[in-house]
Amino acid sequence: MTENLPGVPEEPVARTGMFGAADGGDTSGYGGLVVRRAPQLSSPRPYGGPVGAAGAPGDFDEVADGLERVLGGDLSDAVERVVVDRGELTFHVKRERLVEVLQHLRDDPALRFELSLGVSGVHYPHETGAELRAVIHLCSLTHNRRLRVEVSAPDSDPHVPSTMSVYPTHDWHERETYDFFGLIFDGHPALTRIEMPDDWDGHPQRKDYPLGGIPVEYRGAEIPAPDERRSYA
Amino acid sequence: MSTAYDEAAEGKVFTVSGNDWDEVVGAVSGADEERLVINMGPQHPSTHGVLRLVLTLDGETVTEARTVIGYLHTGIEKNMEFRTWTQGTTFVTRMDYLSPIFNETAYCMGVEKLLGITDRIPERAQVIRVLMMELNRISSHLMAIATFGMELGATTPFLFGNRERELVLDLFEYITGLRMNMAYIRPGGVSVDLPAGAVDKIGEFLKIMPGRIKDMRKMLDENPAYTRRTKDVAYLDLTGCMALGVTGPVLRAAGLPWDLRKSQPYCGYETYEFDVPIEKTCDVYGRYLVRMAEMEQSLKIISQALDRVSGAELKGQPVMIEDKKIGWPAQLALGPDGFGNSPDHIAHIMGTSMEALIHHFKLVTEGFRVPAGQAYAAVESPRGEIGAHVVSDGGTRPYRVHFRDPSFTNLQAIPATCEGGMIADVIAAVASLDPVMGGVDR
Repeated sequence: MTENLPGVPEEPVARTGMFGAADGGDTSGYGGLVVRRAPQLSSPRPYGGPVGAAGAPGDFDEVADGLERVLGGDLSDAVERVVVDRGELTFHVKRERLVEVLQHLRDDPALRFELSLGVSGVHYPHETGAELRAVIHLCSLTHNRRLRVEVSAPDSDPHVPSTMSVYPTHDWHERETYDFFGLIFDGHPALTRIEMPDDWDGHPQRKDYPLGGIPVEYRGAEIPAPDERRSYA
Repeated sequence: MSTAYDEAAEGKVFTVSGNDWDEVVGAVSGADEERLVINMGPQHPSTHGVLRLVLTLDGETVTEARTVIGYLHTGIEKNMEFRTWTQGTTFVTRMDYLSPIFNETAYCMGVEKLLGITDRIPERAQVIRVLMMELNRISSHLMAIATFGMELGATTPFLFGNRERELVLDLFEYITGLRMNMAYIRPGGVSVDLPAGAVDKIGEFLKIMPGRIKDMRKMLDENPAYTRRTKDVAYLDLTGCMALGVTGPVLRAAGLPWDLRKSQPYCGYETYEFDVPIEKTCDVYGRYLVRMAEMEQSLKIISQALDRVSGAELKGQPVMIEDKKIGWPAQLALGPDGFGNSPDHIAHIMGTSMEALIHHFKLVTEGFRVPAGQAYAAVESPRGEIGAHVVSDGGTRPYRVHFRDPSFTNLQAIPATCEGGMIADVIAAVASLDPVMGGVDR
């Protein structure tokens, strides 16, 4: 019998059951449902482009080739993995090489990503060793391309180098990411809170920071706070 | 007036309480320091909401300008992580409250990219999105120019601008039921089709508006008081714009025709005929001219979109993706008592189709799932590029949504445009960046 069953993937379990609430009996019949987390993506060559058929070299390969050339031969020295997903190219860059990579991305005539759209943070508490991410979106006006550069840091050592020297616009964006995630950008001239009050405790956008809120009464029924409500995630 | 030495503060601190200017002037002129640090905001009427500027002055010259923000932070991005993907639109529409349609479109395009349904959005929905965005662009630019006029001491542009903006808001109210914060654009399309009579109303608007823009131009374009306050003020050239990440009319007033509608078209903008107006003066006046010209171009786009909406090809076409697993809540209607469930839809789910009822129930209580991954979608808002970085972990709620708001980034140009200028020009500089604090702080 077992040879007819589909293989069970190796990926770690993201959640069990259908609903977020763990208390109370399971009346849905979905209590035994196991949902596994998707593995980390890493795309092979050729990367293709934002549009067009996959499997053929395209715009993204030009960017990767250009970066490989200016880095002196080996892309994997500085770029941990390359992800092509939904028509977007992402370089996961080692934090030690971030400033150097961005400098090349900005200045090399074949790359020329002049415009940075800022830094955004994401917190993945389940990805041990790379919990905190800074995500930089770049745009090349010369070649009309976009690129995402992602850099990670563990929760135990939340440091990434500041890239303000390459893109001065990162000033406030790095402060915002620090404010919300506690990611420390080494070399930033004034890494202070920007949205939260100066004396605030904690970093609110982290996943371990509660949303807060109080239950409200509506037409006689009590509606729990948003983070206490049943979730289907 | 009271003076006190504060250990924490540098130098003498004056607390001005009104009717005490003689004392303040006396104390200041006798001070051994020439440097004067003043707070402009967070409640100063000229700073566009709760923006605080800390200015260091040498006489009337600004030697240092520092911007303090965060007074309007409402945690929209965090809150969205606790609501379904569709509910997210009601949050993002409240960010940059002068251009809600753009926030919604950027967010929805991000969600659609994650769902992989970008190509399946109905044509009619795309045309309505363009129509609404361009109407919104006009109302936003009008507000920018109106407040700008008032901040420079002219009240007529304010009255004109608000009067004209009211025309657009009336259209919004007629189409969506709300004047602002309408949450009209939804993942998969738009919430409701144009009601009967909307095409005629927009047609009337298109007849009135060119004359009104001309009136505004007559009042300001050559006005000596206005041009003296705006020409060669708050200079920011292309290099500065690139370094600081400044986009939108400020960038186009520095001579670069960079407009996402042309360079990276979305929602079918490549099929409309319009120009990208630029100026080469890099100053406040140039930014004003760009905004005026953009309104005229927007009218052009609206009239093209209106022809398509009322044309035979798109008449009666759906405005929400035809996918029962995503297309919620398409079946809404604007009734005489406001916006609500369409009676036809209620009859359908309660009377004739059990599957429709199940879909309705699942989508309303649980929402749709979005495959794991991340996407970035950007649109050209009246203030520049608004980008939505949307991350999903495969659930029914966003894992993380970040907005690259143009006002936030553009405000970083305050020191570059104000330092070394006169204090009166700070007002003009801030106004020409057109920051909206709801978008800056989110």
